[in-house]
Amino acid sequence: MKKVRIIDYYLGNIFSVARAFESFGCDVKTVNTPEGLEDADHIVLPGVGAFGEGMRRLNERGMSGPIRDVAASGKPLMGICLGMQLLFSFSEEFGRHEGLGIIPGGVKRLPEQPGVKIPHIGWGSIVPYGDKGEEVWDGSILKKVRKGKDMYFVHSYAACPEEDESWIAGTLFGENIFCSGVMKGNIYGFQFHPEKSGMEGLKILEEFLKL
Amino acid sequence: MSKIRIIARLDIKGPNVIKGIRFDGLRIMGRPDELAMRYYEQGADELLYIDTVASLYGRDNIAQVVREAAGHIFIPMTVGGGIRSVEDARALLQSGADKVAVNTAAVKRPELITEIAEALGSQAVVASLQVKKKGPESWEIYIDNGRETTGIDAIGWAKRAASLGAGEILVTSVDRDGTAMGFETELVKAVVQAVNIPVIAGGGAKTPEDISDLVLETGVDAVTVASMIHYKRYRVGDIKNVLKAKGVPVVEH
Repeated sequence: MKKVRIIDYYLGNIFSVARAFESFGCDVKTVNTPEGLEDADHIVLPGVGAFGEGMRRLNERGMSGPIRDVAASGKPLMGICLGMQLLFSFSEEFGRHEGLGIIPGGVKRLPEQPGVKIPHIGWGSIVPYGDKGEEVWDGSILKKVRKGKDMYFVHSYAACPEEDESWIAGTLFGENIFCSGVMKGNIYGFQFHPEKSGMEGLKILEEFLKL
Repeated sequence: MSKIRIIARLDIKGPNVIKGIRFDGLRIMGRPDELAMRYYEQGADELLYIDTVASLYGRDNIAQVVREAAGHIFIPMTVGGGIRSVEDARALLQSGADKVAVNTAAVKRPELITEIAEALGSQAVVASLQVKKKGPESWEIYIDNGRETTGIDAIGWAKRAASLGAGEILVTSVDRDGTAMGFETELVKAVVQAVNIPVIAGGGAKTPEDISDLVLETGVDAVTVASMIHYKRYRVGDIKNVLKAKGVPVVEH
């Protein structure tokens, strides 16, 4: 049985993430100490909320270093929503804050556009993006997702990867495309909530468990 | 135009989903789990649970309903009814809800919206407005499931709720609820124009065309449906197909 460890730093609702992985028959535990990660096969960094507060809480619990170590070890790691943003080098949300620095790039506020509401709450379709072209999903955990399917988003900020090659999914917001998915080896980050995006979202979690 | 969300609304009373007309004359529609699963499989974009008797019996029942649903339904869930404090809201989120809808307690103590937004994020708090028409271009807020009048202007309250930190506004016409008379378009339009956060409209939809007309006329972000789907007049997919044909973008699951 795959051991999925979900990092709980008390920001946002992790209940649904846990239930979603349990629906695949995994051994799911929420953890808030570095020791909790030791027996993990797969690690999930969820979260909804402010970037600075998220990093403060991870640092307070001594989790930042161990998460970087896990990422470097090649163990599958998935960041969801704020968890994806925290993988990056820095964010500009309420001043500049340093992130985990696992994926180079920054997190910036979604662009203001007439008639487009922020926060972005609701469903948006994800499409392959980046310099690897249309086939970029084939070698990733997005391979079972039909291109253009809608996923559920709740956010005001989005990541801007420095390296185009880590960018694998984009979503149209008004007239701009933001980064809704990144991949670097076995490390994934999604701005949307796969655990709240119906059957199509669950396919991503299922493929993640096969890593 | 952003993709319109179709939200299945489940009014809960004890072990049942119920539906009335103008919040009254309640009939049993089925079990919450059975209906929620049906609408999830039909392609609903969200679920909205309203506990109609929370003030009488506490929130343990609805928390249990949500906890069960969260085990096999993976779309956003909002829960309303009887939420009076940050602790109430937090407990529901810990049971698997993504957002809470507040009405009566927020009208009586508006700071509640700010308190929940600060503790759990604006995205977690929906200000629920139960509204009756008072005169031309004039609407009033009701509380306690449409039973009690407040004298508060609905449009002013929508603006205030948004500035207090609500992430979305849910506006339900008490006059139209369960009547299949169609939405109260002028009301929805006034609310959409008054705030710059997403607006969800409910109350009165009879046909998918009622929904497409409303969206095209008002720019509303989401609609709740209940009678239409509870009485099996339409499946969620049927509604989406009509919307698409009318040029209204819908969510593809």
